[in-house]
Amino acid sequence: MIVAIAFYAFALILLASAAMVVTARNPVHSVLFLILAFFNAAALFLIAGAEFLAMILVIVYVGAVAVLFLFVVMMLDVNFAELRSGYQRYMPVGAAIGGVLAIELLLVVTGWQVAPEALHLSLGAAPAAATNTAALAEVIYTKYVFLFQAAGLVLLVAMIGAIVLTLRDRKTSRHQVIRVQTERSAAATLEMVEAGIGAGIGTLGIYRPLPATADLEPADNDPHADDPHADPVDAAHGGGAHGGSGHHAPEAR
Amino acid sequence: MGGTMQIGLGHFLTVSAILLVLGVFGIFLNRKNVIVILMSVELILLAVNLNLVAFSGALGDLTGQVFAMFVLTVAAAEAAIGLAIVVIYFRNRGSIQVEDVNLMKG
Amino acid sequence: MIYAIAVFAPLFGSLIAGLLGPFIGDRAAQAAAIIGMVIAAICGPLALFMLVAFDTAPSGVVSLGTWIDVGRFHVDWALRYDALSATMVGMVSFVAMLIHVYSVGYMGHEHRPKYRFFAYLSLFTFSMLMLVTADNLLQLFFGWEGVGLCSYLLIGYWYDRPSACAAAIKAMIVNRIGDLAFAVGIALVFFKFNSIEFPSIFASIGLHQADTYDLFGTSFPAFEVIGFLLFIGAMGKSAQIGLHVWLPDAMEGPTPVSALIHAATMVTAGVFLMARMSPLMEFAPTALAFVTIIGGTTALFAATIGCTQTDIKRVIAYSTCSQLGYMFVAAGVGAYQVSIFHLITHAFFKALLFLSAGSVIHAMSDEQDMRRMGGIWRKIPITYTVMWAGSLALAGIFPFAGYYSKDAILEAAYAAGGVGYYGWICGVLAAFLTAFYSWRLLIMTFHGAPRADKHVMAHVHESPLVMTGPLMVLAVGALVAGFLLKPDFIGEYWPEYWGLSIFNGPDNHVLHAMEELPGWVGLLPLLVGLAGIAMAYWWYMFQPGIPAAMAARFPAVYRFLLNKWYFDELYNWLFVQPAIKLARGLWQVGDAGIIDGMPNGVASLAADGSRQAVKLQTGSLALYAFVMLIGVVALLTIFLMFG
Repeated sequence: MIVAIAFYAFALILLASAAMVVTARNPVHSVLFLILAFFNAAALFLIAGAEFLAMILVIVYVGAVAVLFLFVVMMLDVNFAELRSGYQRYMPVGAAIGGVLAIELLLVVTGWQVAPEALHLSLGAAPAAATNTAALAEVIYTKYVFLFQAAGLVLLVAMIGAIVLTLRDRKTSRHQVIRVQTERSAAATLEMVEAGIGAGIGTLGIYRPLPATADLEPADNDPHADDPHADPVDAAHGGGAHGGSGHHAPEAR
Repeated sequence: MGGTMQIGLGHFLTVSAILLVLGVFGIFLNRKNVIVILMSVELILLAVNLNLVAFSGALGDLTGQVFAMFVLTVAAAEAAIGLAIVVIYFRNRGSIQVEDVNLMKG
Repeated sequence: MIYAIAVFAPLFGSLIAGLLGPFIGDRAAQAAAIIGMVIAAICGPLALFMLVAFDTAPSGVVSLGTWIDVGRFHVDWALRYDALSATMVGMVSFVAMLIHVYSVGYMGHEHRPKYRFFAYLSLFTFSMLMLVTADNLLQLFFGWEGVGLCSYLLIGYWYDRPSACAAAIKAMIVNRIGDLAFAVGIALVFFKFNSIEFPSIFASIGLHQADTYDLFGTSFPAFEVIGFLLFIGAMGKSAQIGLHVWLPDAMEGPTPVSALIHAATMVTAGVFLMARMSPLMEFAPTALAFVTIIGGTTALFAATIGCTQTDIKRVIAYSTCSQLGYMFVAAGVGAYQVSIFHLITHAFFKALLFLSAGSVIHAMSDEQDMRRMGGIWRKIPITYTVMWAGSLALAGIFPFAGYYSKDAILEAAYAAGGVGYYGWICGVLAAFLTAFYSWRLLIMTFHGAPRADKHVMAHVHESPLVMTGPLMVLAVGALVAGFLLKPDFIGEYWPEYWGLSIFNGPDNHVLHAMEELPGWVGLLPLLVGLAGIAMAYWWYMFQPGIPAAMAARFPAVYRFLLNKWYFDELYNWLFVQPAIKLARGLWQVGDAGIIDGMPNGVASLAADGSRQAVKLQTGSLALYAFVMLIGVVALLTIFLMFG
């Protein structure tokens, strides 16, 4: 009796929230009603005896998919009111198709019966002793292990696909350009200098990364030159691709 | 199953039939809003899953639940890819109006 | 051997001139062609002489090899060596050689390379020699088509003149009509005799006399049908009435070409064919009567036209047409020897007339209209003299060649009786007209006040020796050929001369009968000829107003004659315009409409269809989804209702 009451309650809420999903003006509401529908469907799964699937539904669907929907809906700056326009236009044809479908399904639902041989065609009878989860695991990891792996692959492909589709190459980010690195020749970056005995690098005009000292700078420099960290930071970043910029940084001054 | 004296397979089938019709109806109703269309597809798949699970319970056959699980997997993948497409489409066209998607017009 | 050299020397001359002409230059090409022709002109008469004078040369066949050997159909390349062929070879090679020599002078002013002209000319001669020496009908047909082709090439030699191209095409097409009948006749000969080799045909004539040929449900004697078909072929080639229209237009070619076509070769091929097929024709009396009628009609008809034409070459062209009519009259009454006799004499004096006309044209700076000539006889005395000789021969004045041969034809026609009387009447009338238009031509061309402008008159000059030389040789031929050849050809020695080459039926005694006619029959042609000359002098020399007055009094007759009996207009209306309309219809409806229409229609159908089908592809995802769902529902419905 309680089960019947629960079934009717959950089914009612499920159908009501499903109706709200398709009719709500605000997509955010739709997503929230979808979540509600999933919850109730999970409850119906429980009543049908599929505890594991009910949990999966809650965790995967409510926790991931529905939230993903919510995320997208909130993220996209869409004028959803505009999307509602023309709402009435396809109502009749939608209602007609839906009505026909409903009548047909009603015919099926009222007139169905289990074929006598259906029971003998059972592929994996549920073991009476085990719990639902254990029994499912028993089947999935033995009989359907390849399909299970394939399902995993489907998810992997979906993940990679989603990433590939949505990953955006930002212009501001710095990339490692391997071609530039490999094409670098020694002559382009390295200068061999014959230094006389006792000649300092200063005398030969060889520059090195500028030390953070203000006394070498001319007095008429711009005020920002006071910032002692500017150059070292730049030099450190310029490492690979911008090869050699650090060495010549003082020349720019 | 224990404790389901009045609740039989027929009840589940009725519920899932109505759910399916609602999903189909939703596609027609929200023909411009691709996100709602995706949600309607989720509803239809849910109706199918409900059917599978109900039969599995009624016939004592686990295969139905295994199948339902795979359907869930594929549905999740579909939702992920679909939403990714929506996002990138919005990024490129500034709209998610399905009616704007007609570059393949003959 | 000599015989074969006579036939093939022109071919080698032609090949050298034509193929090597661009490399060895014009003079060398001319020399090659003329050397080839001179060799032929030596060997041809020599072979004839050997055949008739001594009996040393073997009369028979010079075999050159097998041409076609398919089942029962066997054809050899072979040169028939008998009196008829040898006579023709001698005449053709000799006259053609003179024309070649003359051409050197005549074409001297031509600026473009001339090797092409000489190559065609020699090839033409070779084709004619192949024709007359053929030992089977197919080889004869080969030569027949060869002269047809060469006439096309030569008539259209000045290919930059539209009128020359049109004349060349006209000659080709009109000849094709006759050739079709000829080809069918050859096929019928093979059908009846199982062979087209002359020896086997003639040997089995007696076996097939009762043969019939069923056509349109009626049985005809096979020989009559063959005779008619071969004669229609001969009509085309020999320009008899109905198929004569190409001949006057052929004057568009250079004058030596006209001389070659009209004197020595091509047009005489039809007469030769009649003589060659005499064993068969003798047994086709109806066909022979038809030949006589056509010949007589042509002789008279062409002569009437000749009286009104003003183009000097056209007058001579119609006179050729007329003379060929005479020859066919003779052939039609069974006097083939007489027709060949006239053919030979005609070859001399007609070549002479054409070449002297060419000399006149040359002197008058390419003027061909007699109305713009006159008063030049003192300036070109040699041409004038030889033209007189030619005209006397043409008019049949004693003792020139035409007197003997034309007389003989008219006597034969009279002697034959029956349909021969028709030929005789036409012939006598034509003889009068022939003399009339010949002297009309002479007087208009050479006498009276000069009608050309001063510039042209100042340039009138006698032609060089290379042109007058051949003229004088031909003039001598026109003078002596008659009485020299008469005894052998139709006189007392003709049975020995012709041997078996010309066949006269057992009942055919026309050659004897013509000896026993009353004297006035033999005298009449001469008298009407003199009358024609007198009338020409009266009309054109002494009373120059009469022709115009006559034309004014009988405008219908004058226009009828001037427009050549309206044959061209009739054919244009009867054949050419319908053909053009049919072709236009086939082009616009058949070709552009149906044949092009089918692929075009399919293509546009596909394009239109896909343009409609493309509308289904709206690109609207929503619509696709709807359609998909509707389809699912429909499938479900079907499944529920019929599953």
